[in-house]
Amino acid sequence: MNWLLVLAGAAVGAPLRYLTDRTVQARHDTVFPWGTFTVNVSGSIVLGLLAGAALSGAVGTEIQLLVGTGFCGALTTYSTFSYETLQLAENGARFYAVVNVVASVVAGLGAVFVGMTLARVLFA
Amino acid sequence: MTEPVDPDVDLADVRRRRQARRSQLRVLAAVAAGGSIGAAARYGASLLWPTPPAAFPWTTLGVNALGCLVIGVFLVTLTEAWTAPVWVRPFFATGVLGGFTTFSTYCVDIERLVAAGRPGPALTYMAVTVVAAMASVTAGAWITRLILAAVRRKAGRTR
Repeated sequence: MNWLLVLAGAAVGAPLRYLTDRTVQARHDTVFPWGTFTVNVSGSIVLGLLAGAALSGAVGTEIQLLVGTGFCGALTTYSTFSYETLQLAENGARFYAVVNVVASVVAGLGAVFVGMTLARVLFA
Repeated sequence: MTEPVDPDVDLADVRRRRQARRSQLRVLAAVAAGGSIGAAARYGASLLWPTPPAAFPWTTLGVNALGCLVIGVFLVTLTEAWTAPVWVRPFFATGVLGGFTTFSTYCVDIERLVAAGRPGPALTYMAVTVVAAMASVTAGAWITRLILAAVRRKAGRTR
């Protein structure tokens, strides 16, 4: 059952990452990988919210596996993030490569903080 | 309707649109299947090597570094040497590797270490993951290029 929850969450999260990336990249004519940035930050808000909800006992293991391990895990990605950063560096956009790493980590941590604070307000 | 209707053009257009939608659905199915496989592998790793509360998240670090190494090898092979069927990249890179690695767990791991009163390990984990990921993807890409160049040289000599 636990495996099925992870599989089901990921079967939604991964295509949603693909569609979001396509949609966001189509709207921006820059070298900066906004698509991956968007999914990583959105997924971090959701996982922060979920972690906060779990702390206050509002959600159980099943929801954590479905939404956390499955959905958020598949929605966000480290492999594409690192590959796009490498591409920026190799194509002479070293500054953007550094900005991508710093901005993604800072925004991701900020997103977790926002999600957890939201959970504290909602589930306190 | 005042404009003349050309049924041939109209039908061809409908068929083309239907075909595009079908191939888009096939790509989405490939991403979903690959993503499920990757996420299941990550879940399996977390069961094999569980991280106790407030402990250094070695498993997530290892999963992310491994995924970065493999994407470096795979995408360089795909863009520089191998003309693969269209579903291969969405299935394996976007799906399997994207589902295997995770950015959200990485961020929540950092927050958890800070909340547990361990800011030192939190900062170390934050930095080491970035360094390991970038080193892995770069090593994967460069080693693959070296191998591809060696294979091409060998093929050139025997010809």
